[in-house]
Amino acid sequence: MDGFGIRIEGLSKRYGEGDTAVDALKDVNMNVAPGEVVGLIGPSGSGKSTLLKCLGAVIEPTAGKMTLGDEVIYDNGWKIPDLRALRRDRIGFVFQAPYLIPFLDVTDNVALLPMLAGRPNGESRKRALELLEALDVAHRAKAQPSQLSGGEQQRVAIARALANQPPVILADEPTAPLDSERALSVVRILNQMAQQFNTAIIVVTHDEKIIPTFKRIYHIRDGKTFEEKGQALS
Amino acid sequence: MISLAGRDILHSWSKFVLTGIGLGLLIGVTLTMAGVYRGMVDDAKALLNNSGADLWVVQQDTQGPYAESSSIHDDVYRSLLSLPGVARAANVTYLTMQVRLDNTDVRAMVVGFEPGQPGEPGYLIAGRHITRNHYEAVADVKTGFQLGDTIRIRRHDYRVVGLTKRMVSSGGDPMVFIPLKDAQEAQFLKDNDAILNERARTAANPTLNRPGVPGLLEAIQASQNANRNVNAVLVQVSPGSPPETVANEVRRWKHLQAFTRVQMEEILVAKLIATSAKQIAMFLVILAVVSAAIVAFIIYTMTLGKIREIAVLKLIGTRNRTIAGMILQQALGLGLIGFLVGKISATVWAPFFPKYVLLEPGDAVRGFVVVMLICALASTLAIRAALRVDPATAIGG
Ligand SMILES: Nc1ncnc2c1ncn2[C@@H]1O[C@H](COP(=O)(O)OP(=O)(O)OP(=O)(O)O)[C@@H](O)[C@H]1O
Ligand SMILES: [Mg+2]
Repeated sequence: MDGFGIRIEGLSKRYGEGDTAVDALKDVNMNVAPGEVVGLIGPSGSGKSTLLKCLGAVIEPTAGKMTLGDEVIYDNGWKIPDLRALRRDRIGFVFQAPYLIPFLDVTDNVALLPMLAGRPNGESRKRALELLEALDVAHRAKAQPSQLSGGEQQRVAIARALANQPPVILADEPTAPLDSERALSVVRILNQMAQQFNTAIIVVTHDEKIIPTFKRIYHIRDGKTFEEKGQALS
Repeated sequence: MISLAGRDILHSWSKFVLTGIGLGLLIGVTLTMAGVYRGMVDDAKALLNNSGADLWVVQQDTQGPYAESSSIHDDVYRSLLSLPGVARAANVTYLTMQVRLDNTDVRAMVVGFEPGQPGEPGYLIAGRHITRNHYEAVADVKTGFQLGDTIRIRRHDYRVVGLTKRMVSSGGDPMVFIPLKDAQEAQFLKDNDAILNERARTAANPTLNRPGVPGLLEAIQASQNANRNVNAVLVQVSPGSPPETVANEVRRWKHLQAFTRVQMEEILVAKLIATSAKQIAMFLVILAVVSAAIVAFIIYTMTLGKIREIAVLKLIGTRNRTIAGMILQQALGLGLIGFLVGKISATVWAPFFPKYVLLEPGDAVRGFVVVMLICALASTLAIRAALRVDPATAIGG
């Protein structure tokens, strides 16, 4: 495995131009190793979503460098040509709500990613079932997303994020709609998956309940990050 | 790769099927409209074919006998028979009138013809041809008459001895065939009071009622009441004579108009049916626009309902092409359901139409292509909306 999962150096993002310009990110540095789960917390308007979108390759930073594994993604205005394929193959996303595709069953929701990447259907479904097994929702493999409980849906969403074995997973408030017991179980699962699949996981959260579980936390305020060692036991 | 469109259709099949049925009924109406036009053309052709004529000889400067009224003397056919290339010639009359059976009136085109001559109905589906010179009739099944019925045309009763099929006028009225003499009488018959009046008027005219010329008044009165007119003469040319040449002869020498079958078809289809055809074409255009609007609206609403999923699909790296393809396939799927429903419903309800509806396979194929094109076109609105979706919206603000 690579020495580092995801690393950003001097990343900044400016929205708009002239008088109305907003500097949402100012010289942000971050480094998450494979197998590590870090928290990203900050007050409203501090730039959490902006950072997540830059990391997720949906918006481009104005300046700075980002490296994923051993691949440079952005470098001061330069970017790799195909961000869409990068998102598909190298980044996993977990959202606030599961956002499963309602017209695909549980297996195909997960298998869709390898399929989009051009893998055969059979192989994609086999991989999906393995992940559903790992996340303890294999018994609902044939169900429609609407037939699942909130916790089950979120586990399927995590399986989907893992489907293409990305080096990094970005989780945007993944526990927001869950009660504390389920929230903690989601975090436990994320930690377990990070270990099992050697994935770097960044969790944006407001959730007081789960903050103590992180070994490392990035605080973000006014577009700047500060690192803090978490209280979590190893 | 799985078919996203197919999965979505299966997932919300009830919505799809219901919309498809609604669209299908509209398409069914469209196919039927086309069938109505085809039916009119086919009726016209059947009318010409079944008359067994090669030429229609009518009054000069008219386009009779179907499109305009035409009146010629009933002895004209004899002089036509003397022309080279004419094998057979026979008088016919056409008159649209009410035919009475018991207490109901049926609107029909009464055709007077000479048994065994051109103008006789081609084939019968029941009964026999007319053998007597008077008071027998052959009726088209569409009149609802049956063998043995006694029908009343003007002042005389006729027995239905035979039935035809698909013998209708260009207006769609079923035909009733009766002997020529009876038809002439029915067409030009004056009532008794009118005859008495006419006689008195002639008798009071000193130039027509001369005391020194016995028999003149009676002769004039007889000629006034005898009916010497028919609407057309149907001509069969002898083998080897081109109808067009014979038609030219008739026009040149007889001061009559003559039409070949091709010209007659042109008159019926291009002139008589033309307005109806334009009417139908107008309907087809409106129906196409309405169908397009429905498909566009449905697909657009369905797509707007999936904006979140589309953002997620884009975020996880789905190509724009795949998303556009999904929407396009759904629109085409809707079109396919609609077309099938439309084709089936048109086939089911076509026989119940009062006029002949001819559903041509070629029209179905053209209709299918047009439906698919309309659906593809209608989906562009939704596709544009989907392609505008920003994948970043999948990540909260
Ligand atoms: N598209 C945009 N155009 C202009 N300004 C933006 C845009 N998106 C975000 N901003 C601004 O950038 C700053 C950071 O916003 P961001 O959404 O990253 O905050 P956040 O930390 O996610 O806040 P919250 O916790 O409320 O979601 C804010 O001042 C916001 O107004
Ligand atoms: Mg936010």
